[in-house]
Amino acid sequence: MRARTLPHSRLRSGGGTRIARTTRKTVVIAAVAALGAGLLAGCADDGKDEDDTSSGSGGGGKTKITLGLFGTAGFEESGLYKEYEKLHPDIDIQQTVVERNENYYPALLNHLTTGSGLQDIQMVEVGNIAEIVGTQSDKLLDLSKYGKKDDYLPWKWQQGTTSGGQTVALGTDVGPMAICYRKDLFEKAGLPTDRAEVGKLWAGSWDKLVETGNKYKAKAPKGTTFLDSPGGLLQAILSSEKDRFYDSSGEVIYKTNPAVKAAFDLTAKAAKDGLVGNQTQFQPAWDTTIANSKFAAMSCPPWMLGYIKGKSKPEAAGKWEIAQAPKSGNWGGSFLSVPKNGKNAEEAAKLAAWLTAPEQQAKLFAVQGSFPSTPAAYDSAAVKDAKNDMTGDAPIGTIFAEAAKNIPVQTIGPKDQIIQQGLTDNGVILVAQGKSAAEAWKNAVKTIDNALDK
Amino acid sequence: MPTRHDAAAPPVKGGAAPARPPAESATEERRRARLSRRWQRDVRWSPYAFVSPFFLLFVAFGLFPLLYTGWASLHAVELTAPTDMSWVGLRNFTRIFDDEFFWNAAKNTLIIGVISTVPQLMMALGIAHILNYKLRASTFYRVVMLAPYATSIAAATLVFVLLFGRDYGMINWFLGLFGVDQIDWQNGTWYSKIAVSTIVIWRWTGYNALIYLAAMQAIPQDLYESAALDGASRWKQFLHVTLPSLRPTILFTCVVSTIGASQLFAEPLLFDANKGASGGSQHQFQTLGLYLYEQGWVNQHLGRASAIAWTMFLILIVVGIINYVISRRLRASS
Repeated sequence: MRARTLPHSRLRSGGGTRIARTTRKTVVIAAVAALGAGLLAGCADDGKDEDDTSSGSGGGGKTKITLGLFGTAGFEESGLYKEYEKLHPDIDIQQTVVERNENYYPALLNHLTTGSGLQDIQMVEVGNIAEIVGTQSDKLLDLSKYGKKDDYLPWKWQQGTTSGGQTVALGTDVGPMAICYRKDLFEKAGLPTDRAEVGKLWAGSWDKLVETGNKYKAKAPKGTTFLDSPGGLLQAILSSEKDRFYDSSGEVIYKTNPAVKAAFDLTAKAAKDGLVGNQTQFQPAWDTTIANSKFAAMSCPPWMLGYIKGKSKPEAAGKWEIAQAPKSGNWGGSFLSVPKNGKNAEEAAKLAAWLTAPEQQAKLFAVQGSFPSTPAAYDSAAVKDAKNDMTGDAPIGTIFAEAAKNIPVQTIGPKDQIIQQGLTDNGVILVAQGKSAAEAWKNAVKTIDNALDK
Repeated sequence: MPTRHDAAAPPVKGGAAPARPPAESATEERRRARLSRRWQRDVRWSPYAFVSPFFLLFVAFGLFPLLYTGWASLHAVELTAPTDMSWVGLRNFTRIFDDEFFWNAAKNTLIIGVISTVPQLMMALGIAHILNYKLRASTFYRVVMLAPYATSIAAATLVFVLLFGRDYGMINWFLGLFGVDQIDWQNGTWYSKIAVSTIVIWRWTGYNALIYLAAMQAIPQDLYESAALDGASRWKQFLHVTLPSLRPTILFTCVVSTIGASQLFAEPLLFDANKGASGGSQHQFQTLGLYLYEQGWVNQHLGRASAIAWTMFLILIVVGIINYVISRRLRASS
């Protein structure tokens, strides 16, 4: 056996040359610095989560009003704060934005129940509004004196109002749904491309939409599906139903409601027949299918156009077209509410009413694509003449306004979001992955029931 | 302790005075007694004062939440009204026995724990062994090895999600070169677990390797020399010299990894961010930590979540006892 190499670095001669040691030290420090810089860069994005984008310089003696928002509300981007501050020189508006509602909402509930950490105005998503109105209304200011009821779509106003007639949340935007489709892919598959003709293909019935999907599939360009995902289709069908998961007395009826089962089965059928992509919406892989033009159509509330634009390659501009959905429905939208114990509750309420008034909502639509919940705005030039890069010269404002007027007054409940997500992410997606519709339904029901059981 | 004070005091104060007047001596006596009492109290209680910040914080943020969680677990509490508790006794615990989601999560935690910890520790041992040889730029390798550990879990997981993408992921592209079909890493029952484990392995292997390396460097060199004289090959040396000497260290890493595995949360949470805390469409990679979070913050059932937390705590105690027994056996056998 030869003498083995000594593995111990500490046995190495202690002296060493000074230079060698310094260089090594420099290398190590450089390596650490480089890695550190990389790590910092990797973490830099996290900062977005709770970005304090403050507007205006907090002048002395001014009343400061803070807004707690999620996602891209766009009030600041469309210059509304500046405008309000100009109208009311003694007001200073600041906002705090959390990117995702999943992170924003539990914190909001926590702040409401403990009565601390609240902003003067808090935004609430439509999926949570029933729970907020049902359980937290005693902590929120009645805004019916501040907002004008007749300005808003009746169902939107109703969603922010308690059974006792207190309006604790004013509607910002709504999500009237249409169908966006790719003209080039439709043409290749031998389908009409004119928006009126396309609308006629499926007018009145979701079954017809799925039938059109079969026609598309027969001559589909290789590698594309008719719709983007099972979740998108299910969401669209369910949002056009008057009763979904709760009945008017507040009972959970999703399991026995034939409309829900029919929507689930139709989506499952479309998934089984390969008419929808095997994707989950808003995941990176799904984003890539938008960029790579892997599907021909999708259910499309106004805010979705902005999303498509964000994920598309530049050459896709103008290739989209937009037609009415088989039935009108609402997907998304938010509310503003004012916690009672805020320091400037009254000033905050005035601001909330101003931000959701028709003129301001019209401006917001022009910049952000959030569709107004105030019909008076539909006749304004900002909405009527609105166009989107993706859909060329389609009059999107008119099309969405038409859809908005036909949205059913939907019965909503506190756990709508959990039930919807269960049916989508623990349900229909499984059919796209090869499970049977019955198995998928069972898996979804099991998940939802466990989630609802206190 | 006080004696030391007494012995030290006289030379400073009255040591030089040949004859003290009795009156002064009496006051001096009292003064000294008082000082001594104060000193005694100081010596006796100061250490407690010095360690108290930790314990006060522990009581506020460790013990109190633990006990309050126990209290909450006996109630039905919702996140929408956390102060509105209604007594349900042990129902939140008994329902766990037939809560298939809990047992599914427990099974997933165990499986992911095993398939992440075992390869991780073996690889760490191997890497440490290699790094223990004289190498060029060994410090560089050591720093590189520790880099994953210093990365934010969230950032790392998000990158891995892209790598493991089904349609456009780099791993599937690479496997595709060898004719392997597209693997659905997020939805496969086993694939998803392997993917999540990979993130854990990537992050912790270097950390464990460094610990092993430190222990290896403490093994006396003459053991190797005598083994070499006896004609033992490198492999035999590793088996019969290195491994037995590392036993306490291996045990330590096993315990730490077990604890880490049982708390696994961020990786599975972010591995399928859209499905949030459900851990995949069929809960195929939902761990206990994730299920606890889902019940508390998504489904808003704080009572149920508290009961899950306590059950996890009890399970961990059992695991700890098993660990202890095994380590005692090992020690006895050596």
